[in-house]
Amino acid sequence: MDKHTGMTPIVKMITEVLCGLMLVFGAFIVLYGHITPGGGFPGGVMIALVYILITLAYGRVIVERKVSGIIASVVDDIGALIFWSVGMIGLFVGGSYLFNFLGKGSPFHILSAGTIIINNIAITLKVGMCLYAIFLALAILQRVVIDEPKEEEE
Amino acid sequence: METIIILHIILVFMIIGSLITVEIRNMLSAVISVGAVGFALSLAFLFLDAPDIAITQVIVEILSLVILIRATIKVDNVAIEKREHILSDRTALIFVGMILVFAWFAFQSLPTFGEPSMRVSQYYLMNGLREVGATNFVTSVILDYRAYDTLGEAMVLFTSISGAFVILRRWKKEQDKDFLRIDREH
Repeated sequence: MDKHTGMTPIVKMITEVLCGLMLVFGAFIVLYGHITPGGGFPGGVMIALVYILITLAYGRVIVERKVSGIIASVVDDIGALIFWSVGMIGLFVGGSYLFNFLGKGSPFHILSAGTIIINNIAITLKVGMCLYAIFLALAILQRVVIDEPKEEEE
Repeated sequence: METIIILHIILVFMIIGSLITVEIRNMLSAVISVGAVGFALSLAFLFLDAPDIAITQVIVEILSLVILIRATIKVDNVAIEKREHILSDRTALIFVGMILVFAWFAFQSLPTFGEPSMRVSQYYLMNGLREVGATNFVTSVILDYRAYDTLGEAMVLFTSISGAFVILRRWKKEQDKDFLRIDREH
């Protein structure tokens, strides 16, 4: 059954090669967001695009075995909680909400700029899983609207 | 000076692409024209030395193209042949004209292109590296100086995904399915 869902083998093969590269590039854009252009939002959308590409190439059933819509929404909430808790820790440590309570570090290193990297990762989890969940919801809606009249005809 | 010429070429290309998008009959071609306009916009950001926004524009454009093609490729859409509402066309023209007139007065007070008059951005550029430690000043603004705004955007995204899940959720109960079927017959 798995071989007959999704697109042609050409698309599946290209997806297999590209997905790892896209994930690595998305992680690079997120983790180096405070050094080079990029940040949490583009990296998160890129990671969401990886899952959307797998959904388009292999079909919705296979990708939902890896990351279902429930897991996506839970990870989404975890991202929001990380952002909120960074703000609250800043409130208790530094006296103001979202205070940058970690050390500044030296420029051009990954571990610099304090809480920015944590917030970037939180935004990545939030945006990526959020957009992926929206795409899954749209795909489910399309199945309900388009596929069900065929069952009635049979 | 050369940047201004390139920007004007890109703007003309974007206007032509938008007109094609509005006027063309085929839905898939319209979606592809929207994509061309979006990529031209990201090129414009790149020539204005804003690589952060250019990356975001390209990525979001790809995502919206995928969703638009996925949503429009199977839907039969009926092209509107007749234009019966002449009054609404005239009303739209009047309002566009009013917007243009007021925009002409409003744009007189704007600073000239490429010469920002803000003191705040100068402060960020002078003190950002020392106070935050991030070499990307855009990130240091959106996640340190203006982190409230980013938190608000994250909350907007959270609310939108909640709303999308409530509206587009999977129909599990049999009652809901029957309701859907009855609703389709009418």
